[in-house]
Amino acid sequence: MTADVYGLLGAVLTGLGLFGMLVRTEPLLRILAFNLLGGGVFLVLGAIARRGAGAGFAADPVPQAIILTGIVVAFAATTIAVALLLRLAARKDDA
Amino acid sequence: MSLLADAFTVFCVVAGIGFFAAGTAGLLRFPDTGSRLHALTKADHLGLGLIVLGLLPRAEALGGAFRLLAIWGLVLLASAATGPLLARIAQRRDPPA
Amino acid sequence: MIVDLALVGGILALALGVLVARQAFAAVALFIGYGLLLALAWGRLGLMDVALTEAAIGAGLSGVLLLAAARRLSAAPAQEDSPPGRVTRALIGAGCAILTCAVGAAVLLLPDAPPGLAAEVAANQRATALGNPVASVLMAFRGLDTLLESAVLVLAVICTVALAPDQGWAGPPGAPQPQADGPLALLARLLPPLGIVVAAHIFWIGVDAPGGKFQAAAILAAMWLLPWMAGIAPAPPIGTRALRITVAAGPALFIAVGLLGAMLTGAFLAWPSGFEKPLILIVEVALTLSIAAALALLVMGPRT
Repeated sequence: MTADVYGLLGAVLTGLGLFGMLVRTEPLLRILAFNLLGGGVFLVLGAIARRGAGAGFAADPVPQAIILTGIVVAFAATTIAVALLLRLAARKDDA
Repeated sequence: MSLLADAFTVFCVVAGIGFFAAGTAGLLRFPDTGSRLHALTKADHLGLGLIVLGLLPRAEALGGAFRLLAIWGLVLLASAATGPLLARIAQRRDPPA
Repeated sequence: MIVDLALVGGILALALGVLVARQAFAAVALFIGYGLLLALAWGRLGLMDVALTEAAIGAGLSGVLLLAAARRLSAAPAQEDSPPGRVTRALIGAGCAILTCAVGAAVLLLPDAPPGLAAEVAANQRATALGNPVASVLMAFRGLDTLLESAVLVLAVICTVALAPDQGWAGPPGAPQPQADGPLALLARLLPPLGIVVAAHIFWIGVDAPGGKFQAAAILAAMWLLPWMAGIAPAPPIGTRALRITVAAGPALFIAVGLLGAMLTGAFLAWPSGFEKPLILIVEVALTLSIAAALALLVMGPRT
């Protein structure tokens, strides 16, 4: 039950994040929306991990490890996006 | 004895939650940054302190109790540093008459 | 259940706030709150390792990065695309609604007895000499994922560094930080010794309990970033050999040990039996230091 609630939240966040990413025009807000989208996908995975609880674990450890990896990779992607954005803004200043 | 400990826990945690509620109300209702910060840091220090105090009798062994106290100490340190930091920025942006 | 619903409501409200915010700064502030509530949600789901990582990286480090970006962009905004027209917007909305419904249906239609690997992890965990199942998965059963992920971090650092202007790109990373005084300088001097102890603790208990290298690395990175932001510890130039070696050492050592496993046991990244614990420990220490340096460099960004 708990897992379903958070899984549905993940579904909604996925949709919201994608919508924001496509509709908002400010680049930084797009990056934020991309992170909302990522959070939604991770929550769906988390719901699956929670449903897979068993063998004495509160949640299936394999999806859990994948989410951990995913959070770090999403962070790395965000930093590159922010660096590109700042560079673009600085270029416009020069021109 | 355990009843007494439970009562202590419930009392302290409820009092702590009260401070958090008051702090949140202050954050939302107070007019200027200074008093909002005051409300917020009070909630942090006292509210969290009371909750930690209430949870101490339930801590597993000495290590757990020590960790709870360390969390409180770190939050105290962080909010004691960020409070004045925010207050300075607010003052610079909006100098008191 | 009431707690869960309140938490879900809070997360949704903050996510909506991020999307409709007018100012980038407000959006980032709401996003940090969203990350912290999401960490609580991970706790409610019982995924404590993820909760710690989300709070440290998803809310903490991302927050620092995005706040700094918002501040710099408010001074010099980047070019915006033209907003989509009404029809396009409606189509996008419909598409996203369909996506939400599809993912939601997939969540609800999952089989009652979900296929999972929990039992297999439990059965084989003893062989890894690790008590935390997530650590077993990260270091042994899905070691390749962890290796690739640490390589992604190194690549991300290279990409970020490459975005510096042509002149002096090998100089110190990030924008120069003015020396702070008062509370920030005090905190930057007081907190790192404590924070490093906390990071070591989180790393060490990660063997048997939630915690481990990612969480510890995020704390270590924060303990480097704090004095850097206060201007009391300038970052070393990117060209410094020691810095480059620190960033690359973790993945390199992981690959080397993986090759050793290939020679001794016949499978890449297999841990030679009997030496699991010391080898995993050495690799994890190197990975933690590399990930911490990479995370800090990523937050500092390219030289400006």
